[in-house]
Amino acid sequence: MTRYSAFRLLREGLRGHSGWGQAWRSPQPKPAYDAVIIGAGGHGLATAYYLAKNHGVTNVAVVEKGWLGGGNTGRNTTVIRSNYFYPESAALYDLSVRLYEKLSRELNYNIMFSQRGMIVTAHSEPEMEMAARQVNAMRLNGVDAEFLDRDQVRKMAPLLNFGPDMRYPIHGGVLQPRAGTGRHDAVAWGYARAADALGVDIIQNCEVLGLIVEAGRCVGVHTSQGDIRAGIVGAAVAGHSSVIAGMATRDLPITSYALQAFVSEPLKPVLDTVVLCPPFGTYISQSDKGGLVIGGGLDRIPSYGQRGNMPVQETVLAGLVEMMPALASVKLLRHWAGIVDVTPDSSPILGPSGLDGLYLNCGWGTGGFKAIPAGGYLFAHILATGQHHEISRPFDLARFETGHLIDEGAASGIAH
Amino acid sequence: MQIFPCPFCGPRNETEFHFAGELGKERPDTTQEVAAPDWATYLYAQRNEKGPVREVWMHLTCSELFVMERDSVSMEVVGSGSLREGAE
Ligand SMILES: Cc1cc2nc3c(=O)[nH]c(=O)nc-3n(C[C@H](O)[C@H](O)[C@H](O)COP(=O)(O)OP(=O)(O)OC[C@H]3O[C@@H](n4cnc5c(N)ncnc54)[C@H](O)[C@@H]3O)c2cc1C
Ligand SMILES: [Zn+2]
Repeated sequence: MTRYSAFRLLREGLRGHSGWGQAWRSPQPKPAYDAVIIGAGGHGLATAYYLAKNHGVTNVAVVEKGWLGGGNTGRNTTVIRSNYFYPESAALYDLSVRLYEKLSRELNYNIMFSQRGMIVTAHSEPEMEMAARQVNAMRLNGVDAEFLDRDQVRKMAPLLNFGPDMRYPIHGGVLQPRAGTGRHDAVAWGYARAADALGVDIIQNCEVLGLIVEAGRCVGVHTSQGDIRAGIVGAAVAGHSSVIAGMATRDLPITSYALQAFVSEPLKPVLDTVVLCPPFGTYISQSDKGGLVIGGGLDRIPSYGQRGNMPVQETVLAGLVEMMPALASVKLLRHWAGIVDVTPDSSPILGPSGLDGLYLNCGWGTGGFKAIPAGGYLFAHILATGQHHEISRPFDLARFETGHLIDEGAASGIAH
Repeated sequence: MQIFPCPFCGPRNETEFHFAGELGKERPDTTQEVAAPDWATYLYAQRNEKGPVREVWMHLTCSELFVMERDSVSMEVVGSGSLREGAE
């Protein structure tokens, strides 16, 4: 693996960038591995990396039906935060933020994590009380949080609508200073490159078509590139989790929906933080290229069609115009959707699938980009040891039988 | 906008409709003891099929529940019918 550094950049600059070499191999699948991970999104790739790095399990394949990072990992609005309500969620998502804080150095790959802060606005006196409750809950969980009044919000995001006819006037908000944005592709590429360097085979254009089940145990996968046997199989396929579970004749507590996002033409810097206005269901940040990255709520219709849909587009953009009227005439550049895996409590599922030998990392829904380092870290622990990590245990599928749901849907306003 | 067919009102804008759930869920028989896994299946498990689906929808305008058959990939609607008759 070529190490990336300022010196290397200078040297390559001087010789016409001819010596970089490929970032990862494109190997043929071997007949068998100790572990096979289905899905080369951020979660699958991070899992493979931590299996090799933390647990010494390097005979690992990640099989991907398309290209790596082409699923939701390459389609999200890149918001990273841990402003959750319940202790279980705070432990999970803050582990992720802490891993993100060190990730560029650890992977020797600039993932451009910019801790520009995130504001969730409050629009009435009762919402201010809920905001104070949120701040207190976050602090009790050891997560940074600040309660902002109207002037403090205005100072940080003057682009917001403070005019007299704002439909839902801004009273204040909750700030998480350590939240921010990261470069989504770089997270996938950085983990892929680092996992590959540790010996992991990343096999693209290799779709899992079925599971090899012997004596009630999953011992491998049938793929479009032939059968691959595995000591253990982990699925990290986001919106397609029910399809893989279906191969094990199991139904998951998951519904797949399209989630849309938008990016505008590049503008000069106008916004240096992330802002979410819950009543409009719209959130926004500005990328390093200057594009405004805009997101909103889920589509209304369960879907595997990876494309947008007009009603939600209207809601999100109408919300944006009310939120930041100065942006009304900005042109959109692109608009797309990803298929997300939504659980009843808006919390992920980590752990055994119910079929021996098959484990699940899914249910991240609209908000699993921020969780990639923690999801990979914990899933690797589960696959290597066969046991839950104390942080992953509450997210076991068993919670739907015991009733211990971790209902973050309402707690975080919009589920990203 | 997509047009959905209400079996009672005819073709209407998709925003008038609300997804209620998958067709064919049966509430456990509560005259007997119901095991936790059976409650979990009833309350939470979804087939979440990729391709042809049969679902219960509500037309919010007339408040009627009905069955809609559609494709969850192409999003094409195949038909709709009353809950009693099922989709055509
Ligand atoms: C528009 C949008 C905005 C979002 N915004 C945010 C945000 O701001 N912050 C945040 O934290 N999260 C956000 N999310 C959610 C986040 O993107 C996802 O939760 C996260 O990327 C999931 O990562 P993953 O690795 O599990 O899934 P993916 O990246 O989707 O990877 C799964 C992979 O599995 C592959 N696969 C599926 N089936 C098979 C098969 N049978 N065989 C082989 N491979 C298969 C797919 O091709 C895919 O590459 C957003 C999502 C969307 C769509
Ligand atoms: Zn009707």
